[in-house]
Amino acid sequence: MGQNGGVKNVPNSKKHLVSASIDEFFLGIYNVHRFIGRFFKEVFMPPYEFKEIIKQCYDVGYRSLVLVSLTGFITGIVFTKQSRPSLSEFGATSWLPSLIGIAIIRALAPLITALIAAGKVGSNIGAELGSMRVTEQIDAMEVSATNPFKFLVVSRVIATTLMVPLLVLYTGLVGMLGSYLNVNSNEATSFTAFFKEAFTSITFLDISASLIKAVVYGFTIGITGCYQGYNATKGTAGVGRAANSAVVISMFLVFMEEIIIVQVVNYIRPLL
Amino acid sequence: MKEQLPDIDKGNLIICLRGLVKSFGPLQVLQGVSLDVLKGENLVVLGRSGSGKSVLIKIIAGLLAPDEGSVKVFGNEVSQLDFAGLQAYRRKIGFSFQSGALYDSMTVRQNLEFPLVRNKRNLSAKEVNDAVEAVLESVGLPDSINKMPSELSGGQRKRIGIARTLILHPEIMLYDEPTAGLDPITCVEINHLINKVQRDYYATSIIITHDLTCAKETGDSLAILSEGKFIEKGSFNDVFNTNDTLARQFYNYNFTTNK
Repeated sequence: MGQNGGVKNVPNSKKHLVSASIDEFFLGIYNVHRFIGRFFKEVFMPPYEFKEIIKQCYDVGYRSLVLVSLTGFITGIVFTKQSRPSLSEFGATSWLPSLIGIAIIRALAPLITALIAAGKVGSNIGAELGSMRVTEQIDAMEVSATNPFKFLVVSRVIATTLMVPLLVLYTGLVGMLGSYLNVNSNEATSFTAFFKEAFTSITFLDISASLIKAVVYGFTIGITGCYQGYNATKGTAGVGRAANSAVVISMFLVFMEEIIIVQVVNYIRPLL
Repeated sequence: MKEQLPDIDKGNLIICLRGLVKSFGPLQVLQGVSLDVLKGENLVVLGRSGSGKSVLIKIIAGLLAPDEGSVKVFGNEVSQLDFAGLQAYRRKIGFSFQSGALYDSMTVRQNLEFPLVRNKRNLSAKEVNDAVEAVLESVGLPDSINKMPSELSGGQRKRIGIARTLILHPEIMLYDEPTAGLDPITCVEINHLINKVQRDYYATSIIITHDLTCAKETGDSLAILSEGKFIEKGSFNDVFNTNDTLARQFYNYNFTTNK
């Protein structure tokens, strides 16, 4: 009898269309496409896991507040500090609130929040689902005639898609507050004057584009984390890989989406 | 030796496997496995580690698809069931995982409620609570209801894992290494629990193990899986009164070398 309890080694007669790695790449794309398709099918089909969605919203939203507050606040202060010397060269420090408002609302708040969420929430989802996969908890849900996809994946993707936009708005406000404190300490500008000046430069398109971006980022972070975790293999090393891939892939996708959405918004802006 | 229960229905075939083949890459784990399990029977499957025992019951549970062959359970071909059919089928089977596979983030109560409230949505809170308490009582762990899985011992985790499957009153129980990694006293408790499940729930069971004491205490019949095929089937005495090398090695290790 051989090793491995006598299992037989058979010649691997599987033929590849192009090569093993290229086939694997396209198979991966096909699997992601099926995974996303299943999400959109399951999200509208009852029964709904409302309790789990609320729990996940709490985990994704409320539990990220401290980190997002700190990052948003510091970004506001640092961006203002760094912008001041350039503007003061032209005697244009009065433009600071407008500049900060546009920068934070259009770009910094969505991008910073998405990157933080990818790091914190994406890795958490990847590791949690990956751990559940390798310890057979997901299999246990399947054999007990429940739907682990709906319970684990749909609830988490809904939570990230809903909570990231709220976190973006919150980061924007906290960032502006940080910026105001810096401006106030230098120019003694009043709170009302600062925010009035900042918001006069921000259009409805800026805010709605930011929120649309945030929805796309939230969905991307959720679905990437869930896909990596749900399909984790090869034990504890696989869990680490799932968490790592969830972060790296979702950050990469966020940047790609940022480029595309900015192009679209800049195309639309003159038309309005 | 386990006494033969009178209510094994020898005319009623519940699980019928024919010519199962399953490979993982170049490794062919199952090479044409055929097996019949009767209603009410406890069948023990013995075999070396990596011989495909767990793969076999995962195929029966519909967690893995065979490359070739037929898996008929309750007369239905499992691989041809659609999602709703598979869910209906899985309501009738229970799967006890080697590790227990308890949901880490939930208490014991939530672990037990999870399959119940999702499969029987019209139950009141009191009925759910009563069912949880009853099933915990039946596995002998009524005090663990509010504990987290991390607070339980290995044997307790396995018993809660079994309780989680029993809460749906399965007709078939699939046990994956129920006594692996447990002390002898806990092993005896688990063996008694397996027999209790057969007696109280009239469940048909397949027990995957390499613990011959467990096999002897719980099995109505035994089958040895080797080289991806069953080499011996029958009662405990039939299987071990042969000259087959693997069967003798199993017997000698469990009942001669250690005694």
